[in-house]
Amino acid sequence: MGCAMSSIRRVVANVVDSPLLSVEDLHVTYHTPTGPVLAVKGVSFELGREKLGIVGESGSGKSQTGRAILGLTAPGGEVRARRLEFQDTDLLRADKRTMRRIRGGGISMIMQDPKYSLNPVMTVGKQIEEAFLVHSNDSKPEARRRTLEMLRAVQIREPERVYRAYPHEVSGGMGQRIMIAMMMIPEPSIIIADEPTSALDVTVQLQVLAVLDDMISERGMGLIFISHDLNLIASFCDRILIMYGGQVMEECRADELAQAKHPYTRGLLNCLPRLDGGQDGSQDELAVLRRDPAWLETREKMS
Amino acid sequence: MIDIQDLNVVFGQGKQAFHAVRQVSLAVEAGQSFGLVGESGSGKTTVLRALAGLLDRVASVSGDMTVDGESLQQQRSKSFRQRVQMVFQDPYGSLHPRHTVDTILSEPARVHRLDRIEQRVVAALEEVGLDASFRFRYPHQISGGQRQRVSVARALITDPRIVLLDEPTSALDVSVQAEVLNLLMRLKREHGLTYVLVSHNLSVVAHMCETLSVMQNGAIVETMSVQQLREHNSTMPYTRQLLTASLGYDRGAIDAFEEFGS
Repeated sequence: MGCAMSSIRRVVANVVDSPLLSVEDLHVTYHTPTGPVLAVKGVSFELGREKLGIVGESGSGKSQTGRAILGLTAPGGEVRARRLEFQDTDLLRADKRTMRRIRGGGISMIMQDPKYSLNPVMTVGKQIEEAFLVHSNDSKPEARRRTLEMLRAVQIREPERVYRAYPHEVSGGMGQRIMIAMMMIPEPSIIIADEPTSALDVTVQLQVLAVLDDMISERGMGLIFISHDLNLIASFCDRILIMYGGQVMEECRADELAQAKHPYTRGLLNCLPRLDGGQDGSQDELAVLRRDPAWLETREKMS
Repeated sequence: MIDIQDLNVVFGQGKQAFHAVRQVSLAVEAGQSFGLVGESGSGKTTVLRALAGLLDRVASVSGDMTVDGESLQQQRSKSFRQRVQMVFQDPYGSLHPRHTVDTILSEPARVHRLDRIEQRVVAALEEVGLDASFRFRYPHQISGGQRQRVSVARALITDPRIVLLDEPTSALDVSVQAEVLNLLMRLKREHGLTYVLVSHNLSVVAHMCETLSVMQNGAIVETMSVQQLREHNSTMPYTRQLLTASLGYDRGAIDAFEEFGS
């Protein structure tokens, strides 16, 4: 029921609004002593109020895509695009002040491991308050009130205790809920989540995703969910981009992933061991992915 | 082949004591693959390390363990160390960064005073699908999947009967995982190996094993056949929840998740 409602809301929102984010022909190049490394080669997509999954293996350019959007490409990396727009702002030409406002306030990012992304010498409450105060002129007591409210919203049972805790005193799942609270409190329109739950146990992972899912649909936000986990992305997102070698191989609706056509996508799906033992029940040999250099060439010619 | 009775592992002493493994008993037939599954902290890796004899200096281990007819003493015999080998999770951390593949592979052969070391190294590399040119490379010069193949080759070099696999593919991409799992299956067939596989991934265990135990909080919750697992034929709520969670994201199912006593 709730699920049907939120999908209706999303469809309506998509019709009325222009996309939150437009990416057209994005390139990320690293200039190294041994020559340029093309991490992302001509990625294009639009993001509305939806959950977009970007799936790929290591080195496919999925994380580089997410980072380039926020201007977080490492030094030495060059970002080019025909268009990179967040609502009405051109992210390629925005000055530093504008980018600071957008990071966190407009688009925010959840990283993989809360252990390394939270400040170890600052209490959880202070860190979340800081994220709030950077993007608003409200008072400290108001920030504290909003922080506790946010901790409750990410389903932390004892918000007062967690508010006073240091990051090492909370579990991995709790740490990731805290990250979500911190990223949500400035009320951004887009969240980029880069493998947000890959370090967590499977049940905790799903519980954390449920929190994220509920908040995204309640607030009508857009989510870019970056992961290597095909099954998870197919069951969690609305739409999927499959990346390989810095390019988008295929785009499909999440519920149609099983019917994907591109040989790379098919190859990835086939090499997963299946809990139900596959069609014929013979579980001796897994299909092995054969990489075809043509997958990358044809796309280059097209663009 | 492997028989463990009432294994207990306690780290630390007195008030600080942490009971990591509680009363674990399991039996693995020769030529079988046995899976240990559970979430982090459930004690599955600790069981494996206790069996390998890697814990005796850091924890108090009690219980009876018999491997291949030999009752295990605290100090493992040399023949045990030859017959039982282990492959670790992290292909980056488990190979010496300043040793070439050749040194890495010949060391166990030297320790066990085996003959024809060079031929063994080349043969082991071939077994895992790497050609001899890999011998003089360093771990940082090869990919994660190739490193894990080297780890498997290192385990094979002493011609073991039993290989203990601790999350052998969880650091690898799925396409590489498929290659390594196929390799492990082939080696098992060709050498008649017995595997104990620790994994948090139920699909991998279902693919590789015939029998598995589900662990939680240091104890075995349930031991079942893979057939039962595939059919979701479990009476234990913890196993059922783990199975549901392994199927992917289902908003409705998540609200019904329970906390299992810790």
